[in-house]
Amino acid sequence: MSLLGDARLVAAKDLRLERRSKVGLAQMLPFALLVLLLFAFALDPDRGVLDRATAGLFWVTVLFTAVLAVQRAFSVEVDDGVMDSLRLSGLAPAAIYLGKVAALVVQLAVLEVVLALGVVVLYHASLEGWPLLLAVAALSTLGIAAVGATYGVVAARLRQSSALLPLLLLPLLAPVLIAATRGSDVALGREAGGGWSWAALLGVFAVAYLGLGAALFRPLLEDT
Amino acid sequence: MILAFGVWGYITVAWVVTFSVLGLYSAWILRRGRELSRDVPEDQRRWM
Amino acid sequence: MTAPAPGSQLAATRVAPNSTGSTATRVLGTASLAGLAALAVFGLAISPSDAKLGETIRILYMHVPTVSVAYLAFVLTAVASAIYLWKRTEFWDLLAASSAEIGVVFFGLTIFNGMMWGKTTWGTYWEWEPRLVTTTVLFITYIGYLVVRTIPTEPRTRGTISAVIGLMAVVNIPITHKAVDWWRGLHQSGTVLGKVDPDMKGSQLFTTYLGLTTFLVLFAWLLIHRFRVAFLAERAAERGLQGAIAERRAEGGPAGGGTRP
Repeated sequence: MSLLGDARLVAAKDLRLERRSKVGLAQMLPFALLVLLLFAFALDPDRGVLDRATAGLFWVTVLFTAVLAVQRAFSVEVDDGVMDSLRLSGLAPAAIYLGKVAALVVQLAVLEVVLALGVVVLYHASLEGWPLLLAVAALSTLGIAAVGATYGVVAARLRQSSALLPLLLLPLLAPVLIAATRGSDVALGREAGGGWSWAALLGVFAVAYLGLGAALFRPLLEDT
Repeated sequence: MILAFGVWGYITVAWVVTFSVLGLYSAWILRRGRELSRDVPEDQRRWM
Repeated sequence: MTAPAPGSQLAATRVAPNSTGSTATRVLGTASLAGLAALAVFGLAISPSDAKLGETIRILYMHVPTVSVAYLAFVLTAVASAIYLWKRTEFWDLLAASSAEIGVVFFGLTIFNGMMWGKTTWGTYWEWEPRLVTTTVLFITYIGYLVVRTIPTEPRTRGTISAVIGLMAVVNIPITHKAVDWWRGLHQSGTVLGKVDPDMKGSQLFTTYLGLTTFLVLFAWLLIHRFRVAFLAERAAERGLQGAIAERRAEGGPAGGGTRP
C-alpha cells in the first residue's frame, strides 16, 4: 500500500503544480500542434503522403513533445532544491519514481488526446480499431514516461538537459516509435498483420523500463 | 569484369580502414598511457 | 588507494613504470598481431570465395568479429555498471567506461564494413535492413554514454549516471533487435548477417573462428590498456586538484596568519 500511496502523493503534487502554473501544457500543446502543421507544410497535403504517414507523424510529434515534457518535469525540481527535500522525505525512491512516471503519463495522455483531435481534423484521419489503438497508445505512453522519468533526473542533474536529453532519450525510444507506428497502422486498417504483437512488444518495453527505473532511482537520488 | 574489380576495391577498403582505425586507436591509447605515466608517481600506479 | 605490498601483485600484471604495458599485455598484443596477420592471409587469400556470397564474404570476415566484440563490450559495460552500483569502487566504473568506448569504436567499424558489404551486394551503401538499422541506433545510444562521461562532475555522480545509462542501454539491445527485425525483416532479403552460411566448411569456417578469436584477444589487450589509461587519468586529475589546493594554502599561510581575530 505505502509504495503506491506514496507514488500517488508524488504524482498528485506534480500534477497540482502543473495545473496551477499551466506552463507545461501552455508550452507543449502549441508546440505539438505546430509540429503537425510543419509536417503538413513539408509533406504537401495533396500528395497523399500525409494520409499514409499519419500514424508515424503523430508518434514522432509525441516523442519530440515528450522530451519537452520531461525537461520541464525535472528542471523545476532541481532548480528549487526540491530534489534534496525529496531525498530527505523518507519516501521510498521507487515510489518517487513511480509518482513521476504517473504524472508524466497523465501529461502525455492529455497531449495525445489533443494531438489525436488535431490529426483527425488536419489530416482527415479516421480513428478505428479502438481496442488495439488504445492499447498501443497506453503502453507506448507508459514506456516513454518510464524512460523519461529516469533520464529526466540525469539530464537535470547534469544541467545539460536541452542538448543531452534528446540524445539520450530518443535512441532508446526508437523501438517504441517503430512499434507504436506499426501498431497504430494496423489498428487504423492501413496495414495488415499482428497489431497485438506490436502491443506486446510495447508492453515488454514498458515493464522492463519501469522495473529498471524503479530500481535505479535510489542511486540516482542519492548520488545526484 | 568491372564488378569483380569493384568488389576487391571494397574488400580492400574494408580491411584497410578496419586495420587503420584499430591501429590508430591503439597508438592513441598507448601514447596517452606514456604521457600520463610521466605525470603519476610510482606509488600511485597500482590498481585492481 | 594505498599501494599494497610489492610482492602481492601477479607478476604478469605488474606494470612498467613509464607506460601502461605489462607482461600480460605483451602476450596479448603479440598474439593479436599474429592472429591479425593470419587472418589477413586466410581471409584475403587462402579461403575460397563463397558459393552464395562470392568474394564479399571477405568483408564479413571483418564485419562479424567487430560486431561480436562490440556486443561483448556493451554487455561487459552493463555488468560492470551493475557491480559499480553495488560495490561503488572506481575499478568497476572505469572498466565500464573503457569497455563502452572500445565497443563504440567496434560498432563504428561494424557499420562501415556493413556499408562496404552493402555496396558490393545491393549496389548501395545503405538499405533499411534490420542489422544496419539496429546497429546504427545502438551506436548512437552508446555515443550518448560517452558524451555523458565527458561532462565535468564529481566522480561519484558521473559513475552513477554512467552506470544507469549503461544498464538502460543494454536492455534496449534485444528490444530494438526485435522491433527492427519485425519491422524490416519482412520486407528484406539478404540481410548482412543472415547469410553467414550454416553450411560453411573448411577454411571459411576456420577463418571466421580465427577472426572471432583474434578480435577477442585484441579486445582484451585494448581493454587492459584503456583501463590503465583511465586509471592514470583519474590519478593525474587528483594530483592536479591537490596541487592547486596546496598552492592556495601556501598563498594564504604567512600573510593570512596574522589576521586571525
